[in-house]
Amino acid sequence: MRLSLGIFVAAGMMSLAAARADDLSEAAGHYTIDPASEINFNVGQVGGGGISGKFPDFTGSMDLDAHDLGHSRVAFVLKPASLTTGQDRIDGFLRSSAVFDASEYPDVVFRSASVERTGTDTARIVGAITARGITYKATFDAHLDRKSGRALSFTVTGQVPRLPFGMGIGVPIYDNMVAFNMTLVAKRG
Amino acid sequence: MFRNSSQGYGWVSVGLHWLMAILFVGQIGLGYATQAVTDPALQFDLYQWHKSTGFLLLALALLRLTWRLSERQPDDAPSSRSLQRSAKLVHLGLFVALFAVPLTGWAVASTSVLDIPSYVFNLVVIPPLPLTPSDAAEAFWSTLHATLAYGAAALIASHAGAALWHQFIRRDGLLRRMWFRSA
Repeated sequence: MRLSLGIFVAAGMMSLAAARADDLSEAAGHYTIDPASEINFNVGQVGGGGISGKFPDFTGSMDLDAHDLGHSRVAFVLKPASLTTGQDRIDGFLRSSAVFDASEYPDVVFRSASVERTGTDTARIVGAITARGITYKATFDAHLDRKSGRALSFTVTGQVPRLPFGMGIGVPIYDNMVAFNMTLVAKRG
Repeated sequence: MFRNSSQGYGWVSVGLHWLMAILFVGQIGLGYATQAVTDPALQFDLYQWHKSTGFLLLALALLRLTWRLSERQPDDAPSSRSLQRSAKLVHLGLFVALFAVPLTGWAVASTSVLDIPSYVFNLVVIPPLPLTPSDAAEAFWSTLHATLAYGAAALIASHAGAALWHQFIRRDGLLRRMWFRSA
């Protein structure tokens, strides 16, 4: 009885370990960021409130390394010309030479340098953003929300300063830091 | 020295007069510049300077009104009755403008859908007036603000012209009443 229980537990642990290894190796591979993803931002303003909006036009990809998550890669391109806040005049200002200068610099690029696992479902992505021709370090925290078949869903948050990119207009009326809150759907292939 | 007398204005009145004169004329130039520049970043910054200076002028206007109401005024300059009357009208108009121009400017900032906080010299947040923001409301207040401001500029020109007329044509030394005197 005692022996059979021991075998049962051991077998259970082995299958659990196999399942965990499966989880990672299953998830490994190349992913494309799906257009169903959402890239939201918020800039706080003095006295409360702020400007919230999103970047509807973007592309991105992700390479998950099953054996060494640190060697995984994330790359992202978003189009500042597409940004919307729900107020056309604010959109025009943000796209103009005062902020993104979208006609001169149509892409904002993020490239990861390292990915570090911080928990069971969380990772920290360290990399650099290039905007207005200036490259500056950026860190985002990712949380794996869902894994279903060929798709992974993440919530990604991070704070990016405006001043290093020459986009400091309105500081300190508007915060230097821009808070990003993204829901990313990554599809294999 | 600080207070007004029958012969002229004291330092408080003189100081407020010239400080506000410089700021007001600067504001008209700055206000014109906000509409004339094409660079959006420069325009944003000019607007914030214009708003900060406007709120400062409004605060000074309150101070000046309080002082004006609590102080005696120098005797009228010896002149014809009609000139005395038009001088009084211009002075009244300028006093009204000291309030009406910044208040309508505040209304512009309050009705703009851009909802840009009024952060006076990055020191104090001034809340918006209780007005409903819309493009139409902003356009209305902007037009009124500009009309009053350029109207005030015309009053300033006639006021300064009259002072110069006293100084160089009549040579009655009236201008000295609005300068810092030790006696």
